[in-house]
Amino acid sequence: MTSYFSAEDTAFRAEVRAFIQANLPPDLARRGRYDYHPRREDQARWAKILAAKGWSVPHFPVAYGGTGWTGVQRFIFEEEMRLAYAPTMDRIGPELVAPVLYTFASEEQRQTYLPGIRTGDTFWAQGFSEPGSGSDLASLRTRAVRDGDDYVVTGQKTWTTEGHHADMIFMLVRTDMEAKPQAGISALMIDLKSPGITRRPIWTIDEGLTVNEFFFDEVPVPAANLVGQEGAGWSYAKFLLTNERTNSAEVPHTKRDIVQLRDIARIEQKNGRPLMEDPSFRNRLARIEIDTMALETAVLRALTSGSHDGGSIASLVKVRGSELRQRVADLAVEALGDRGLAICLNPEGEHRMFEDGLTPPVPDHGIGIAAKAMFRRATTIYGGANEIQRTLIAKTVLEL
Amino acid sequence: MDFSYTSEQDALRDSVRRFVEREYGWEERFTIVRSDGGYAPRHWAMFAELGWLGAGLSEEAGGFGGGGTENALIAEELGRGLVTEPFVPHVIATQLLAGIDGETAADLIGPLVMGESIIVPVLQEAAGRGDWRHVDMRADGNRLTGVKTLVEGAGRADNMLVSARNGDEIGLYLVAADAAGVSRTDYRTLDNHRVSDVALDGAEAVLLASGAQVPGAIDRAMEHGLIALCGEALGVMDAALWATRDYLKMRKQFGTAIGNFQALQHRMADMLIEVEMTRSLLYAAFGAMAGDDAQASTAAVSAAKVQVSTGGLQVGAQAIQLHGGIGVTEELNISHHYRRLYAIARQFGDAELHLARFAQARDQN
Repeated sequence: MTSYFSAEDTAFRAEVRAFIQANLPPDLARRGRYDYHPRREDQARWAKILAAKGWSVPHFPVAYGGTGWTGVQRFIFEEEMRLAYAPTMDRIGPELVAPVLYTFASEEQRQTYLPGIRTGDTFWAQGFSEPGSGSDLASLRTRAVRDGDDYVVTGQKTWTTEGHHADMIFMLVRTDMEAKPQAGISALMIDLKSPGITRRPIWTIDEGLTVNEFFFDEVPVPAANLVGQEGAGWSYAKFLLTNERTNSAEVPHTKRDIVQLRDIARIEQKNGRPLMEDPSFRNRLARIEIDTMALETAVLRALTSGSHDGGSIASLVKVRGSELRQRVADLAVEALGDRGLAICLNPEGEHRMFEDGLTPPVPDHGIGIAAKAMFRRATTIYGGANEIQRTLIAKTVLEL
Repeated sequence: MDFSYTSEQDALRDSVRRFVEREYGWEERFTIVRSDGGYAPRHWAMFAELGWLGAGLSEEAGGFGGGGTENALIAEELGRGLVTEPFVPHVIATQLLAGIDGETAADLIGPLVMGESIIVPVLQEAAGRGDWRHVDMRADGNRLTGVKTLVEGAGRADNMLVSARNGDEIGLYLVAADAAGVSRTDYRTLDNHRVSDVALDGAEAVLLASGAQVPGAIDRAMEHGLIALCGEALGVMDAALWATRDYLKMRKQFGTAIGNFQALQHRMADMLIEVEMTRSLLYAAFGAMAGDDAQASTAAVSAAKVQVSTGGLQVGAQAIQLHGGIGVTEELNISHHYRRLYAIARQFGDAELHLARFAQARDQN
C-alpha cells in the first residue's frame, strides 16, 4: 500500500474537469453556488448534456447506459461536479430507484423506465415513510388490493423527497395483511398523474420545499407495475436504503462546502483580521477537514474493497458523513457573523413558503448558507436515523 | 488506488503478531516492566534478528526497503500487546540519521538495524510541551548544555542524538551516553514506559549536521515516528474495542448479556467509528508520505495524530466505562490500554499542536 490516486485516476480527473469546464452552462453554475433545492429544469438540462456524453448515470450497468467506471472514478467524477458547482443532480431516480430496477425489475420494466431516468426526462419519488412508520418502516399500512389487472392503492406517504418534481413514485405497499410485517410488503411503480392522488407540501425548518405528503385514495395501478415478486418489497427497500446510506456520506459535497467555507473565512473579518487567521476558528475548521479526510479514505476503502458488505461500512460512513454535513454548515453560518442570522433565500430559488419582500444585507457569499444549516438537521434523520445506523453497526459489525 | 497490504507486509504483520502472542503474555509483560531496566534485551535482539529494526528504512539508507507503512504495522501489532520496547524512538533515530548528509551518520545506521547498538533521539524539552521544534539546549562549540525530557530508552542507549541551538541555528549532535557531563533522571510514565530527563552540562558532542537541513530532517524523522506511534495507537484501540465487545457478550446483568442494551450498543458503534477513522487516516498518511508533496505529508501525519489523540482517548475511556468497576483495576489490560492511549495522546504533541500544524500545512498546500 503506497499510492493513493493513480496516474490513470489523475488523468481521468483532468478529462472530467475539462469536459465540465467546456459544457457547464454559466447560469447553471451560478445557481449551483446556492446549491440546494436545484430547479428540476436545471437538473434536466445538465442531465441531457451529460447523457449526450454518456456520463449521466455512471453507476448503471453499461447495457443500460452506465460508463463502466470504477468506484474511485465515480467518486472523482462526483467530486469534480461539486467543485464546479454543477447542479446537484436528482438522487431519487438515478441513485435509489434505478439500481432496484436494474437489479430486480423485469427486462420490459427496465426498458420502459431506465431511459427516462438516464436522460433526465422522468423524475421519481420514493414512497416509503408513513405518518406511523418512520424508523419502524416495516409497520407501514398503505395497502394495495388486487382487483383484476389492477392494484387499488389506499393510504398515505410522507417525507416524500422532491415529490413536487416527480412524475413517478416507487412505493412500498402492503399486499398481504395476514403475513408477517416484512413479508406482506410489495413494491409498486405509480404514475403520479393517476386519479386519486393528492399532494401536500411540507414546509421545512429552512422555509423551503423538499418533502411532501401524498394521499392515495383508491388509486388504480396496473398490476404490471409490480416490481419483482409480490411480498418481496422489503428486501428491495433494504437494498435501496443501503445505497442511500453509502451515498449519504456525501464526501465530495462536504469537501466542496469546505472550499466554500475557506473562501468565506478569507473575506469575513474578526478584530480587523481575516477570520481565517483566528486560532479558534482555524482549529475548528482543521478538525472538520481532518474528519472529512478520514471519511473520504473510509469511503474509498469501501469503494475499492470490491465487496458489498451488507451495509456495515455504509452505516458507519452515513453516521459520520451526516454529522459532518451539519458541522460544516454550522461553521459557515458562524463565519458569516451577524449576517449568519438573516433569513436570506436563494434569489433564483423556487417554492418559497413566504415572501416577506425584504432584502437582508447579506453578501453574495452568504446567500442560502443559514437556510442550508437549518435543513441539514435532517441529514442525521433521513436514510434511517443515525440511532438506527448505530444499532445496525452494533448488530452487523460488532455482532452484539 | 490500493488499500491492501502486500504479501511481504502481511508476513511482517504475522511475524510481529506471533511474537506478541508467544513471547509477550500479560504476566511476562509485568515481569519485564518491573525489572531493573524495564526492558528485555533479548526481545530487542529478536526484533533485529527478525528484521523489524530495518523493515521501515530504505535500502539506500541501510534498511530493507520499506517505509512508514512497515513501521506502522509493526507498531500496530506491538500496540495490541502493549509492548513497551522503544520501537518508535528507534524509528525516529534511524530516519533522522538517514535524513541528514554525512558519512558519520550513515555509518551509525548499520549497527542500529542489526541491534548491535542503540541510539535514542533526544529532541524534546519541557518548555516545548511536546513540540520538538522548541530547542533551548545550547551548543558552545562541541559542548552541549541544557535539559531534555521524556527520552525513551536512554537507560540502555550507547549514544544520543541531540538537537541543540548555536545562535539561530539548530544543529544535530551525537553524544555518548556515558560522556562526562551527562546525567539522567529515570522514571516511568503512566503507561509503564521507561523514560529519562537527560541533563547535559558541557557534555562533549560530535556535530553530525548543521544548517538549514536540520529542522526539516528532524520534522521528517518525527513524522516517521508519529506515523509509527499512530499505528501503535490503532493497535491499542482495536484491542480495547474488541476486548470490550467480548466482555459485553459475556457479562450478564438484569438476567441478560449487557451487550443487548441499546445504550451500550450505541457507545460501541461510536468506538468502532473512531477506530475505523483512525485506520483511514493512517492509510491517508501512508499515501501522502509516499508522494512528493511535503505539505500534504505534513498535513496527513498531523491529521492522524489529532485523531489518535482524541479518538484514542475516547475509545480507551469508553472501554473502561463499559467494563464497569473491573475496568479501572490494575490487573485487567483495559486500564493499561487507556494508560498507553493517554500517554500517546500527548506524546510528540497533543491534539491542539497538531491541529495548528495541520492548518498551517493546508494553508500552504
